[in-house]
Amino acid sequence: MSSTDYAYLSNYGIYSAMVLFTIAFFAHAVEVAFSVRNVEEKTKFDFTRTKRSGDIGTVMMVLGFIFLLAAVILRGVSASRVPWGNMYEFSITGALAFTGAYIFGLWKYKIRWLGLPVAIAVLLTLGTAITILYRPSAPLVPALKSTWLAIHVSAAIISGGVFLLANCIAATYLILDRYESTSGRPAWALKLPSLDVLDQLTYRLVAFVFPLWTFAVIAGAIWAEAAWGRYWGWDPKETWAFITWVAYAAYLHARVTIGWRGRKAAWLCLFAGSTFLFNYVYVNVWGSGRHTYSGL
Amino acid sequence: MSTSTELDTRSSLRWLWRQLTSMRTALILLLLLGFAAIPGSIFPQRSQNPLKVSDYFKSYPGTAKFLDQLNMFDVYSSPWFSAVYILLFISLIGCVLPRTFEHLKGIGAKPPLTPRNLNRMEFHTETNLGTLDQAETWFRKHHFRIRRDGDSISAEKGFMRETGNLLFHLSLILILVGVGFGSLFGMKGDAIINVGERFINIPTSYDVISFGKLQTEKTLNPFSITATDFKATYDLTTGAPSDYKLTVNIADPVGSKEISKVVRVNSPLTFSSTKVYLQANGYSPLVTVRDKSGEVKYQGAVIFLPQDGNLTSIGAIKVPDMQPQVGLIGSFVPTFARNSERGAFSTYPEVLDPRLLVSIWIGDLGLDSGNPQSIYRLDTSDMKRIGLKTLKLHETHNFGEGSITFEGWTPWVNLQIVKDPGKIYALLGAIFAILGLLMSLFTRSRRIWVKERADKSGIEVAGLAKNSTPGLESEIASLVNEMRG
Ligand code: HEM
Repeated sequence: MSSTDYAYLSNYGIYSAMVLFTIAFFAHAVEVAFSVRNVEEKTKFDFTRTKRSGDIGTVMMVLGFIFLLAAVILRGVSASRVPWGNMYEFSITGALAFTGAYIFGLWKYKIRWLGLPVAIAVLLTLGTAITILYRPSAPLVPALKSTWLAIHVSAAIISGGVFLLANCIAATYLILDRYESTSGRPAWALKLPSLDVLDQLTYRLVAFVFPLWTFAVIAGAIWAEAAWGRYWGWDPKETWAFITWVAYAAYLHARVTIGWRGRKAAWLCLFAGSTFLFNYVYVNVWGSGRHTYSGL
Repeated sequence: MSTSTELDTRSSLRWLWRQLTSMRTALILLLLLGFAAIPGSIFPQRSQNPLKVSDYFKSYPGTAKFLDQLNMFDVYSSPWFSAVYILLFISLIGCVLPRTFEHLKGIGAKPPLTPRNLNRMEFHTETNLGTLDQAETWFRKHHFRIRRDGDSISAEKGFMRETGNLLFHLSLILILVGVGFGSLFGMKGDAIINVGERFINIPTSYDVISFGKLQTEKTLNPFSITATDFKATYDLTTGAPSDYKLTVNIADPVGSKEISKVVRVNSPLTFSSTKVYLQANGYSPLVTVRDKSGEVKYQGAVIFLPQDGNLTSIGAIKVPDMQPQVGLIGSFVPTFARNSERGAFSTYPEVLDPRLLVSIWIGDLGLDSGNPQSIYRLDTSDMKRIGLKTLKLHETHNFGEGSITFEGWTPWVNLQIVKDPGKIYALLGAIFAILGLLMSLFTRSRRIWVKERADKSGIEVAGLAKNSTPGLESEIASLVNEMRG
């Protein structure tokens, strides 16, 4: 097969994954919407009615992950390199890391309830990627030709996936917290974990990826030393990576040493996560500096 | 001065020091450093893109002057940015060093005494089976540090958490030291050389050079680099570069036997602590300028600066030896195309169908005015334009006062030469920082106590996890199970 054939196959992989995630989206939506209809005088709940639908959602998520993985690998094969050369490729790999983080959480922490927001976020990412960001498969520009590309970018993308997941959980925390402090949880949210569990889960995800993110920044610095002759130059991308790092460090400190919990910690986590997204979107698309590999 | 005011000063100094080295201050300083870094990503920075800064000054002179007073164009070397990070640095040292000594003292120490009231602890349970000896065996098997006093055992695990934590914070100090050392004792410079030319590492060979503040000797490693060949490969459909390969002959020191080397974007040359990077490339058209009588007044390769991805390049040719002086503003187009909107431009970065466009000026070049001049720009304030011409390869244009011939071209490369003696410390700091982080974030720190009831009616077991990390409950359950046999 030629390199364009592989690129086409990769695109089909993306489309198929999007179909699967759409099914997962509907399955999870049904699960959430109808899960607690059998309410008897608001005391007894039946959660089993939509279990089937939730199971379908999970299967579709895993299948979608596999198709997406294949698409990302084929994209790399078509260009004979790691598939991280422009913003389209960062986005599909980012979506892959995000779904991967969700499936990991599914297995480790039973977070199926996150299925709906995860499906929405992945569909939005892939949709933007294939329509706005799409670029034909092409070789790398010389500055990107380095082993450090594989190391630095994969660490950054995985961190991004987990940061995004932590943000989803922190946002869920804040929404449920608002309900609980006013009218009580609505029916669809009864099945979701307690605020305490959400709070702990957010912390654990952040504590888990913070070293990886630190590593991603350091690998970037080592690469910058090899490519540009300085390991740190306050380029906008570097500056925002640093800001993200500081924000998450502040989050960890606020929890561990000052004892912040709950609402304040969740807001800080959302803030830290948005600095990451800002870096990705703003600096890639509108920013200047040397990290302008978006291909836009 | 009376003793009491002296005491006052001393105690307020101590108070200040305690405030500065408190966790809260460090956190605020850390966040402040993050915020302080933001403007540098919004406004153009002199250290990165001086041209953009001067453009900003042209477009918004008033705002620019105001922003400049706030150091918005030199954020990362501004007094306020330095102030934040120096304070953070001091705060970090002031708080981490005492903790380190504290921690070192604790290496051989036994865990603290078993508290009297165990049922206040987070996890508390009782058992009537088993003995303290069984508990001790279990603790030893699981590598707890233990202290046994008659009717109780106090056990502790997770010493590595604080070790990792301190290692991390000490590594941050090492990184800051490395950064400081590099900026004080390093050097950095740029030199553009045409392929075929030799670069000798002395200050006058550089286009731009800056030395660290404490770099007193200002001697450079005496090497030389001759660029023998440069090959750029481009993607045929998009015109995007796919490879740059510079072949050089190096001699270290100058005059010794030359060795051939290849430099690529991600693989610099190394001369002990100095590295040489391939940073940018472009074209220098080869021109000959003759006066009316046909005498050669200027001949050579003139470095032009690329303006776009297809290497449409502009530059200036200055011929002071003519009467009146002659200057040419030129544009070199490697693969020529023209439309009404953009005029002449290049459609591909390789030289396939080159043109040299010149506008010809006569008058005073202003070279003797004493003001420093860019070699890439012509100061036309005292000059008059007398013509405009698009030259094909080997074509000669006669402009009355003389003639210009477009003889050919040669590629040029921009070498960036950097000496940074501090970076090894920064790298070591970074590696230790990650190790420390992993140790600290993935070690659980907890204490477990086992105590016989005074009336021998049973054994109490209790535990406390630092930072309420989970897992202690199941650990205690497994200890109790073991004791129950
Ligand atoms: C004066 C300055 C600082 C002090 C006194 C300080 C103190 C501490 C303390 C007490 C802990 C808690 C460790 C534990 O209880 O297990 C900690 C953890 C930590 N510190 Fe700092 N710190 C300082 C500055 C910084 C800076 C500048 C950073 C980097 C951005 C940083 C990053 C961290 C991280 C990532 C942790 C781990 C959090 C955790 O244990 O979950 N610290 N620090």
